[in-house]
Amino acid sequence: MVEAHMMKIKRTIKYDADRVGGFGREIMSVAGCDQLPSCIQCGTCSGTCPLTIYMDFSPRQVMALVRADFKNEVLRSNTIWLCASCYSCTVECPRQIRITDIMYALKQRAIKEQVYPKHMPIPILAKEFAKMVLSKGRITETLLVMQLFLRANWRAVLSSWRLGLGLITTGRFVIKPERIERQAELDAMLATITNGNGKGKA
Amino acid sequence: MRHLGIELTELDDWNCCGATAYMSVDEQEACILAARNLAIAEKTGPQDLLTPCSACYLVLNKTKHNVEDFPKIREGVQRALKAANLSYSGKTAVRHPLDVLFHDVGIEAIKRKVVRPLKGLKVAPYYGCQVVRPYATFDEAWNPTTMDGILAALGAEIVHYPLKTKCCGASLTGTVPEAGLRMSYILLKEAVRRGADVISTICPLCQFNLDAYHDQIMKRWEPARIATVYFTQLMGLAFGLEPKQLGLHRNFVPMKRLPELEKSEIRF
Repeated sequence: MVEAHMMKIKRTIKYDADRVGGFGREIMSVAGCDQLPSCIQCGTCSGTCPLTIYMDFSPRQVMALVRADFKNEVLRSNTIWLCASCYSCTVECPRQIRITDIMYALKQRAIKEQVYPKHMPIPILAKEFAKMVLSKGRITETLLVMQLFLRANWRAVLSSWRLGLGLITTGRFVIKPERIERQAELDAMLATITNGNGKGKA
Repeated sequence: MRHLGIELTELDDWNCCGATAYMSVDEQEACILAARNLAIAEKTGPQDLLTPCSACYLVLNKTKHNVEDFPKIREGVQRALKAANLSYSGKTAVRHPLDVLFHDVGIEAIKRKVVRPLKGLKVAPYYGCQVVRPYATFDEAWNPTTMDGILAALGAEIVHYPLKTKCCGASLTGTVPEAGLRMSYILLKEAVRRGADVISTICPLCQFNLDAYHDQIMKRWEPARIATVYFTQLMGLAFGLEPKQLGLHRNFVPMKRLPELEKSEIRF
């Protein structure tokens, strides 16, 4: 009973033991991410990013955390999912660090390890989008949005009815599923990596 | 485009470029998807690949750069293309209509086609992010001016719009509305505050975000009602095409009626 009244506390200072050795190096080995070691922590990225105000770690902090191997912190942060890929940071960085590409590398890793927050619509959208492209070659927006609502938040369908109605009245509501003709060609291409782990299988 | 003597052929059996979403899942696969389009374009003949969408423009150009810069990606892409009897040498240029209209067609040729100058129409030129950053070579990343030049050639009045390359919120308008819609709201509000009649855009997602969410933006903050159209629609108007031909009736927020344009019998 005593426990119920206890103040909930959380350690806010990171320990060396929280680090996952080698993580930073792995991210830096991804194409386009190799400039990270030269980060001078100036914060230009955080200043130019239009979404920093909603992030738990600013882009500058993410750069520092990746470099210092704080894997769990960055992969679970909302920062990587709020990045809308507008490339402001990448263009502004005085050290030519491709920050947007580092965010992509972190997103890929978080999806691979399934550590993103449950019901968070952004990674679910990315996964469903990729699944549809993989199987049909094209995207049918209407069906994609339906999938997203089903998997993330079905209540959102109800609150978006006006948008749907607007799309219908303006003739912009597409329901005919899109797909490419030569799906086999696409399958053969992707088969060279999906199971072969980059070794080639086709 | 036909009006200006440019011939377009639809890319044979094109596939989705993967957009920003696929890049978040697997970059190697994303590059392979995009490379299929590049390879088909190359097979079709010596011509440029024209893409009116900012995300397609970015992903296709990014793939070109990745294939060139990173041997691992290049090998993966070449192996995948070979499996489909395709090949890609890097010759095909990926270009945006704004680039082609400004640099190939040119301001003078555009001016000559104008039969109904957009006199009195105040336009806020909005470029968004992914066409000008980071791969574009035809205009500046922070203060692009190619669309300004085209709009001025149509006779429109250009409104000074410093937010011209700020992000519209992209898919966050749907996934995290609190953040995404605020970004669209700021863009709309600033255009209204500066006295614009219409926002001119070059990207389909920007157009959608700035056009389709007005009721939700009003509910959360305040009304910021202004129409957002493609710059090519404004070109069409100035060239004397009918608004319906240009799809202007498909907007959520219709373009404002303008006395000068009405005199020349345009009906929106």
